[in-house]
Amino acid sequence: MAERVFHKSILRNEDPQILAGKAQYLDDIELPGLLYAAFKRSDYAHARLKSIDVSEARALPGVIGVYTAEDFGDLVKPGPLQVPPPTAIKGATYSSRTLMPIAKDKVRYSGEPVAVVIAESRYIAEDACDYIYPDYEPLEAVIDLEKALQPGATLVHEDLPSNEAAHVVQERGNYAEAAKKADVIIKKKIYVDRVAAAALENRGIVINWDEKAQMMTIWCGTQSPITLRNATASRMGLFENQVRVITPFTGGGFGPKINTSMPDDVLLTELAVRLNRPIKWYEDRRENFLATTSERDQVHYAEIALTKEGKFLGFKDVFYHNSGAYDPYMMTVPLNTQTHTVSNYNIPNFYTEITMVFSNEMVVTPVRGAGRPQGVFVMERMIDAAARELKMDVAEIRRINLIQPDAYPVSTGIIGQDFVEGVLDSGDYPTALAKAMSMIDYKKFREEIQPKARAEGKHLGIGICTFTEGTGVGPYEGAKITVGGNGKVSVATGVATQGQAHYTTFAQIAAEQLGVEVKDVKVVTGDTGAFAWGAGTFASRGATVAGTAIHLAAVKVKDKALKLASKILETPESELELVGGYIQVADIPGKKISLGELASMANPMRGTFPPGAEPGLEAVAYYGPPYGATGAGCMAMILDVDAETMKPKIERLVMVHDCGIPINPMVVEGQVHGGIQMGIGNAFFEKVFYDETGQLLTASFMDYLFPQATDMPPKIEMGHTEIPSPLNPLGIKGVGEAGAIPTPAVFTQALEDALYDTGVEIMESNLSPSKVYSYVMKAKGA
Amino acid sequence: MTQLVKINVTVNGVPYEREVEPRLLLSDFIRHDLKLTGTHVGCEHGLCGACTILFDGQSVRSCIMFAVMADGHKIETVESLGTPEHLHPLQEAFMEKHALQCGFCTPGFLMTIVDYLGDNKNPTDEEIREAIDGNYCRCTGYENIVEAVKLAAKKMAAHS
Repeated sequence: MAERVFHKSILRNEDPQILAGKAQYLDDIELPGLLYAAFKRSDYAHARLKSIDVSEARALPGVIGVYTAEDFGDLVKPGPLQVPPPTAIKGATYSSRTLMPIAKDKVRYSGEPVAVVIAESRYIAEDACDYIYPDYEPLEAVIDLEKALQPGATLVHEDLPSNEAAHVVQERGNYAEAAKKADVIIKKKIYVDRVAAAALENRGIVINWDEKAQMMTIWCGTQSPITLRNATASRMGLFENQVRVITPFTGGGFGPKINTSMPDDVLLTELAVRLNRPIKWYEDRRENFLATTSERDQVHYAEIALTKEGKFLGFKDVFYHNSGAYDPYMMTVPLNTQTHTVSNYNIPNFYTEITMVFSNEMVVTPVRGAGRPQGVFVMERMIDAAARELKMDVAEIRRINLIQPDAYPVSTGIIGQDFVEGVLDSGDYPTALAKAMSMIDYKKFREEIQPKARAEGKHLGIGICTFTEGTGVGPYEGAKITVGGNGKVSVATGVATQGQAHYTTFAQIAAEQLGVEVKDVKVVTGDTGAFAWGAGTFASRGATVAGTAIHLAAVKVKDKALKLASKILETPESELELVGGYIQVADIPGKKISLGELASMANPMRGTFPPGAEPGLEAVAYYGPPYGATGAGCMAMILDVDAETMKPKIERLVMVHDCGIPINPMVVEGQVHGGIQMGIGNAFFEKVFYDETGQLLTASFMDYLFPQATDMPPKIEMGHTEIPSPLNPLGIKGVGEAGAIPTPAVFTQALEDALYDTGVEIMESNLSPSKVYSYVMKAKGA
Repeated sequence: MTQLVKINVTVNGVPYEREVEPRLLLSDFIRHDLKLTGTHVGCEHGLCGACTILFDGQSVRSCIMFAVMADGHKIETVESLGTPEHLHPLQEAFMEKHALQCGFCTPGFLMTIVDYLGDNKNPTDEEIREAIDGNYCRCTGYENIVEAVKLAAKKMAAHS
């Protein structure tokens, strides 16, 4: 039998190339005759653009052209929706106002492009931006979500009656009735502020239009190469096969790189054709903060109804979601918030209401977590408030309300980002909680460690929260697997890779079936010339959805190979096995044929070809789940807070999680580690800050605090549970966002617990020492 | 037109004579003039550390230096460490401890650490975290990088 390679920590195929500095990232690509683009971006968040003088910029030596809205004619119109509206939800209303490729007459966020420069060098292109003089008439900026909805508020889109972008109500049971029966009702206002994805590699694009071949090649670190290709082709009147999108090695995605039909790709594809020269654009960090989408900003009015024993009867959450200046991504983020608010608890009555609001801030689209951290933060903060009110232990109140392991599948009654009613496919939440409590010595901490620390004047707090992670949503992905004449295996799929180890995990899935070494499987992701169908890398779905398609294609190739080998070796298929790149007859050493030889024979160059046969050892397969696979877990944390400086130190952090059967446990741990880092950033360091005029005050790493090595706990203690998903043959669930989801909730809980003697209650994430200090002062009545 | 300045610089043991604009960043010179694209640029304001190189043996950020400042100096980039077929022990350790994901920050970490391990051959976890605190990584949470540095220290001790 071949050695098993699935469900194994195998070192990564891609690492040697990356480590040696030989991996090609976007800005490494150079082409003969390459031109460089730079965008002149609005300094105002909301203003009429009365005129724009580009004459000086055009005269600068080395400048090829400077273009404003009037140079783009019909191209200057709202782009396509990236995500359709959730028409499956009864009564949902929405106004779609999608991104303009370039501002015309009015700017709606600080950083919106008003002109684009093409020059012989990046330095000259950026110089030229300083010689462009827009004339603005500033307007009041719409920043506060609730004020934005008041009558008479300044409008972001003046053709709409208000700044309301969408409204959705979903309910299971009847909250109002449940509230009548409750012993206790607690109401709180909760804020979650905005964060940036801050991938280490900024966004960029390189475009080459080959006029003679009538073929456009686009290199872009997009999470959705197929969408970029399709949108480009249809906009330019080309066939899809005249546009090839190639994703080079990509330095992190974390959400915002999913967007296409952004000003950059729309304008620069047009200019590459017009100028008949290749064009490159690569953001610097400041521009990344100004030009790349971000997420989180919500205000919640939450209510929890309980019995005096702490049993949840109902939950109500009315919230405002900041969509930014446009809403091309529709309701994915707030729908994720709705589906993740109560998903792991038994709450028969749940009312959740979204009001999505336009503002003069950057467009909001998913950032690792994508609405889920907000839902979990709101729920877990409310549970803590309830525990405080009922004088219950925070772990116990969670334990008695968790969904039990025999309950699956559990229909949630809430429609999610995939427009179908949520179903929890599998899981074991009580075990995760118990395991986390045991790993962090919860009982000992409460009974011995914490009292002793408090007696010594130390501020040591514990937090423990559970969460779910909806992953692996539809619609579908596909894969093509081909055995080469060299005996190696090629896997191509439509999703793109931004560091998730797909070159290894996808190879493991194929190698498991085909009996080759993992290093002999060459995985191509995100090259529309290699595979032309699929939706993209988002919602922790790559491994689950594309991975399953790869498995199905590998099984087909294996069947095909066995059939052919059976004829050649004159042996029944049942007696054949795939081992070490050969198909061999079990128990008869030497009676075998190599996969490479077989692949060549499967593609005859002369002779006849039977009807219905398909050439090559090649197969294509597609997979689409009926609904997403739900991962879950429990995080616990011990914080030591300096009560004078409010500097927190994470002493211990325990993460118990379930992502089904991990393809590669080492990679899973890495994903969780990175998510936790982002979660710690979201809890305490990171905040995209807009002032009341809509100016972005955090457009550098000096101002936007990125968690560094010394900000992290000494060790992330991992506990795995492996509960296979019944939705796919490999039993896998996604894990990409798990770490980011519970961390702000756990951190804030631990912080409150640490500062027990102040009585502080913190209903806000994205904290800082000064923020915590002001909360403490408020609690003390100072 | 801007005046060009002639510079002589040795990169990875190879001497180069080039004419550059005085304002050309050293990072851009390395990446685009010399085509050594292993050095990455993540922030262009000296915070993220992705562009870290060795300048006369000391780790520095090449995005906040000008190319003209390298005149007469020696530079080492990530390409000086190892090849995909023959990785440097530090690179091996990164691979074995899964200390990289997207890999964009990795060259900067490697150059910071190779300098650091020259000075401190057996660092503690806390010392390692201090040493890499000026390099940002968004994917790994740093823990596996700390593990890789410890492993590298062992491997390098065995090699020397």
